Amino acid sequence: MTVIVLLLLAVPLAAGLASVLLPPRVAAAVTSTCGVASFGLVLALIPGISHRDLDALGFIRVDALSVVFLIATSFLYACVAVYSVGYLDKVTDHRYSRRFWVGLNLFAWSMLAAPMMSNLALLWIMVEITTIVSALLVALEGTDGAAEAAWKYVLLASAGLAIALLGTIFLYYAGSRLLGTNYSLAFSPLLGIAVKLPHAVIRLAFVLAVLGYGTKVGLFPVHTWLPDAHSEAPTPVSALLSGSLLAVSFYAILRFYQIAAITLGGGFPRDVLLVFGVLSLLVAALYLLDQRDYKRLLAYSSVEHMGILAVGVSFGAPIALTGVLLHVLAHAAAKGNAFMGAGVLVRKFGTKQIGSVTGGLDLLPWSGPLFLAAVLALSAMPPFGIFRSEFEIVTGGLAASRNAPAVILVVLVTVAFLGLSMAANRMLLTPRSAPALAEEVRRGEPSALMVVPMAAGLIALLVLGLHPPGELVGLLDRAVTMLRGPA
Amino acid sequence: MLPAQAPTAYVGTANVIAVLILLAEFGMFRQALLRDQIRLYAAQSVLIAGLAVLVAAVRQLPELYVLGAATVALKAIGIPIVLRRLLRRTYPVHSLEAGHDIAGSGGLGLASTVLIGIVVAAFGFFSAKVLPVSAGAAPVTALSVSLSVVLVAFVLMIHRRDVASQAIGLFSLENGISLAALVIAASLPLILEVALLFDLLLAVVVFGLLIRLHHGRADTLSTSGLTELRG
Repeated sequence: MTVIVLLLLAVPLAAGLASVLLPPRVAAAVTSTCGVASFGLVLALIPGISHRDLDALGFIRVDALSVVFLIATSFLYACVAVYSVGYLDKVTDHRYSRRFWVGLNLFAWSMLAAPMMSNLALLWIMVEITTIVSALLVALEGTDGAAEAAWKYVLLASAGLAIALLGTIFLYYAGSRLLGTNYSLAFSPLLGIAVKLPHAVIRLAFVLAVLGYGTKVGLFPVHTWLPDAHSEAPTPVSALLSGSLLAVSFYAILRFYQIAAITLGGGFPRDVLLVFGVLSLLVAALYLLDQRDYKRLLAYSSVEHMGILAVGVSFGAPIALTGVLLHVLAHAAAKGNAFMGAGVLVRKFGTKQIGSVTGGLDLLPWSGPLFLAAVLALSAMPPFGIFRSEFEIVTGGLAASRNAPAVILVVLVTVAFLGLSMAANRMLLTPRSAPALAEEVRRGEPSALMVVPMAAGLIALLVLGLHPPGELVGLLDRAVTMLRGPA
Repeated sequence: MLPAQAPTAYVGTANVIAVLILLAEFGMFRQALLRDQIRLYAAQSVLIAGLAVLVAAVRQLPELYVLGAATVALKAIGIPIVLRRLLRRTYPVHSLEAGHDIAGSGGLGLASTVLIGIVVAAFGFFSAKVLPVSAGAAPVTALSVSLSVVLVAFVLMIHRRDVASQAIGLFSLENGISLAALVIAASLPLILEVALLFDLLLAVVVFGLLIRLHHGRADTLSTSGLTELRG
């Protein structure tokens, strides 16, 4: 297993290096191969990790919880890499393509490396690297909007991460009191003595971590960079930002939660997450009702789903936690598909305005229906994976007697569904009006390579919704046991 | 374990350095010239390094000497050079002489913002007293001061309306966290400290690239034009 993990760290890095040296066309092929290979490597990890955790080289630690996030990231990396070949096929600017491929691979590498770190300081460093690389990718288009979005993103995310670093340092202080001054912020020993850690310091560290990493998760009120960055980034990057970057930051919060839940008991950390989660959900649902830009619409949908994750963890019941982890996977597939569909729409219609797109379903024979399916999946329609995960989260809420939050969750998810479906209806199902017909947008797909990854995403959503494979269920169960801590 | 009783001269010196770091933060806060802001940042970083060396000497933590040296090399020399080159590129020399590198005015008047700065600094200082942090490598008062530095840096970033000042505000925020780390995490392994510094260097390079991109598009460092994306 160690070999697999090391390969997983090396492959995206090698693809990034190759993209620097080789011409963009070759870089595209190398990146797609490496993306798919990474996903294969993660799948190969699942059986082993379901039985025991892996420690290697002193700084790598892979357990069931990490693997859940690795699956989400590597799946999207594979999809987005293939998709981008189609996305960039009309781009003649070699400098742009080269930067894109280098950035994409390094971005994927940093997101794959973060959940593998055995040490909370290294985890912080990796999350900071994801920020730096993705900020450059957001700025890649070079437009006024991209420059503005990238600046807001890098400034807000870095300030947020500074807060998270402060939280990490307080955690170190708490740990070093018990473990001695040679303690290195490694995660496992900290977990072992978590019962004895001083309460007040852990409370502070947890709140600082939720606020700090929450900036990158996109939790209200520190979500403000998110819609800008998601709408201005190149669309394949938006898919990665939304599907895996937010999840990786949420992973960091889960690690702090794991410790805080043991030290403080469930009450305090759950209440903190509940407040952040419900507020994010509320704000996102309201913003979804009045959006004119469909990439921003999907970005607010991400805020909504991150809110659902936070609320789900706050329920604390095992079935809710299973739902949360399943939600991470299903959201990655659904939001990846939605953004990839949005990228096809941008290519086809040359605009991000919801009002300027009509007749999408007629003009795009494949990606139109796939985009519609992705929107329905995001709205938690059966038979897709998000239906199952949200159902489990709500069941868990009721089981934990958190009735009011569970009801609020259902209501707000319905409001969000309204916003998403109105926009999708407007863009996909409304027939083209006479003046729009005169513009002569021909029926047909811009590129087959942009459709294939969406089909893969749909299959993933169906598998997660209808019948998650036994291996995956075992993995999720193991991760849930870790999150619950001792009974 | 750390010795229970530290010499009082040490506590006094460490506290003076901590307060000087806060004063440098306030200096940046009111300094209008970007060049001077960068100088203050460099001075603040030298103070951090000085405190690291002091802690290293008194507490017998030799790794902190290395940290002090790395801090000087990176934060007092490296980052200021990068930032100054950036400014020189965005404004040709003759306009520098004409005072064109004056930072964009803040959202509020200087007096009000300094008042707000004092209030949040006091809040940070006294809120640290509530923390059950009994003893660290450096005196606990320095931890209170570090929280003040962090909060004042936030006010600085909020009220300044130009990209260069906002970046410097963020870097000085990081200095505040370094100060806190010296008090409560002085024995953090050197390799991690150096990795954190390296990370900061990467961030500075990216901030530089984005500042140049912003300047290239808007022909100014002011953020007043960044109003396109909303809702």
